[in-house]
Amino acid sequence: MSGTFIGMPKFQTAAKEALGNSQQRRNLQHATHTIREKRARVVEELDDWEGLRQAGADIKDNVLSHLDTYLVQLEESLTRAGATVHWAGDAAEANEIVTSLVRATGADEVVKVKSMATQEIGLNEALEEAGIAAWETDLAELIVQLGHDRPSHILVPAIHRNRAEIREIFLREMGHVGTPPPAGLTSEPRELAEAARVHLREKFLRAKVAISGANFAIAETGTLVVVESEGNGRMCLTLPETLISVVGIEKVLPRLEDLEVFMQLLPRSSTGERMNPYTSTWTGITPGDGPQQVHVVLLDNGRTDALADTVGRQALRCIRCSACLNVCPVYERVGGHAYGSVYPGPIGAILNPQLRGTTSEVDQSLPYASSLCGACGDVCPVKIEIPDLLVHLRTRVVDEHRGGMPSGEEIAMKGAAWMFSDHRRWEKAQKGAELGGRMFRKKDTIGRLPGPLSAWSDARDAPVPPAESFRTWWKREKEGQ
Amino acid sequence: MSARDDMLARIAAALEGAERTPPPDHPYGAVTPLADVAATFVECVEDYRAVVERVAPEGIAAAVAQALSRATRIVVPPGLPTEWLVALDRVEVVADDGHLSADELDRFDAVVTAARVGIAVTGTIVLDHGPDQGRRALSLVPDLHICVVHESQLVGDVPESIAPLRDAVDAGRPLTWISGPSATSDIELERVEGVHGPRTLHVLLVAPTS
Ligand code: SF4
Repeated sequence: MSGTFIGMPKFQTAAKEALGNSQQRRNLQHATHTIREKRARVVEELDDWEGLRQAGADIKDNVLSHLDTYLVQLEESLTRAGATVHWAGDAAEANEIVTSLVRATGADEVVKVKSMATQEIGLNEALEEAGIAAWETDLAELIVQLGHDRPSHILVPAIHRNRAEIREIFLREMGHVGTPPPAGLTSEPRELAEAARVHLREKFLRAKVAISGANFAIAETGTLVVVESEGNGRMCLTLPETLISVVGIEKVLPRLEDLEVFMQLLPRSSTGERMNPYTSTWTGITPGDGPQQVHVVLLDNGRTDALADTVGRQALRCIRCSACLNVCPVYERVGGHAYGSVYPGPIGAILNPQLRGTTSEVDQSLPYASSLCGACGDVCPVKIEIPDLLVHLRTRVVDEHRGGMPSGEEIAMKGAAWMFSDHRRWEKAQKGAELGGRMFRKKDTIGRLPGPLSAWSDARDAPVPPAESFRTWWKREKEGQ
Repeated sequence: MSARDDMLARIAAALEGAERTPPPDHPYGAVTPLADVAATFVECVEDYRAVVERVAPEGIAAAVAQALSRATRIVVPPGLPTEWLVALDRVEVVADDGHLSADELDRFDAVVTAARVGIAVTGTIVLDHGPDQGRRALSLVPDLHICVVHESQLVGDVPESIAPLRDAVDAGRPLTWISGPSATSDIELERVEGVHGPRTLHVLLVAPTS
């Protein structure tokens, strides 16, 4: 039903296309700046934000370095609380487990809470193949799904769509899959949200099975936590008879008390609110309240590979807040789709190549989707050193593709890794490229670089914008405000 | 090898020789000193465009009746203090017996519940779904949620909120943290209140008995 990222072109090719879309760029700029400012304001309100970030990072490091112990403990707690625990090594295994669980209930549809993990494994497509309709219930996810589209932001996946487009999608698609929007629907956000409410209400009240992810899973108690805004999460977690949650193994927290740290870090970093409207926790089965069949699928899908990389493993601290996207000048210009994954932006650039390996073109190019300006690392609530990781992964990409005779591109990338690993060198090179860009206005590439870099520059002409670098552009934009 | 054994073996291999980070030295449960906890709570709940009223203990019933002036049928949890409902006039009150379906709940105009904790700095109400709050569906499906919070239940900030919730979690009960009415910013980042949860949240903050 929705688009997938399979066979994505490499970042630079996709980025070049995206750069041509000025409507998207304006939407993105507005969105990222708005959230960014809100975040800064609510972070300011807390006395010891740095202390909280450190605690967040420390708790996650404690979890990751004892992950086997905590997972076994989580399994015990969940089982004791009446949940059934499943383990899935990869996407195919997870999809198979979920599909057969849904089949066993006899249902031919499920309602879904927005979940990065289920998007990562392509669960909707797998269910669809099995003849099970998966209804996304988060408003933005609904827009993406009805538009046969792909998400472009972790928090606001339909950020690339404006209200007029959303109205059109609703009018064209909603009636095919359920309650149609009212005649005379305008593009007022309030009316669009109301149309979604009515459309989805029918599905919530009828659904027998729900599928969710979890923001946190508490080992000590077996408690799962979902953080949301619209109440679609509460609907899904409460009304159906069966609840299946797909949870990445890095989501574990040791104790209930750890929530105090993350329930301060996440909402402020994510939506820039002191607290998100709704957070639900459930601990297995509660007799007489909510789903009486509760399943939890613990998902690896590349996470243990990331864990094995001593530098890269800190990417597993990520709580998917999307703060790094909102401050990233590259993301702001090219949008989420160019990253070829459900994880766009700086986190995508460090996570995708680790989870998926570096065999595909897009994953090889992602560590280069950055100017290493460092803004992402500064806002990250769990202190992931994103720029350091990018440099590390650039080296890894180069090293891993050196088997046999090195290709020209590989040698060039080594040089590129050197260049990108220091922002001054990078700025200098970009400045040079910019001048070239101005001289050849009609040309949209920087042309061949001399020496071993030529192979690289042939492949990578897009990330250098036509007439100015991200940095110069960024500075100019800022000053112009 | 089962997927479980395989995953655990891969984790063990990945962590071989790794430095094991101890739990952090973090001051859990720290108290956030506030000059006026109740005033901060009211201000922050109002920030979410929820309705907040401060009432005296003897004024609860009147305030509940006033908040329900346009309702004709309401549902309440089985353990709600009955004295909160004595001022209702021509309102049909149904106590949940645990068997009302989602469809049936959808036909009520409002729900009245108590709460377990109020967090001042974030303007959050936490339900631990004890008998005076009822099962989760009750406070979710009806369009108006009237929530009675006592000042004695307020804490400064999130760190203090976990301890009073611990018993419910240990007993296997769910928690619902509510900060204002449901909201979305998914369309051009314009905030719209009232998507799937109750579109109106009406909080009655009850002063301590003097
Ligand atoms: S990397 Fe950090 S800032 Fe980016 S989404 Fe993850 S937690 Fe948030």
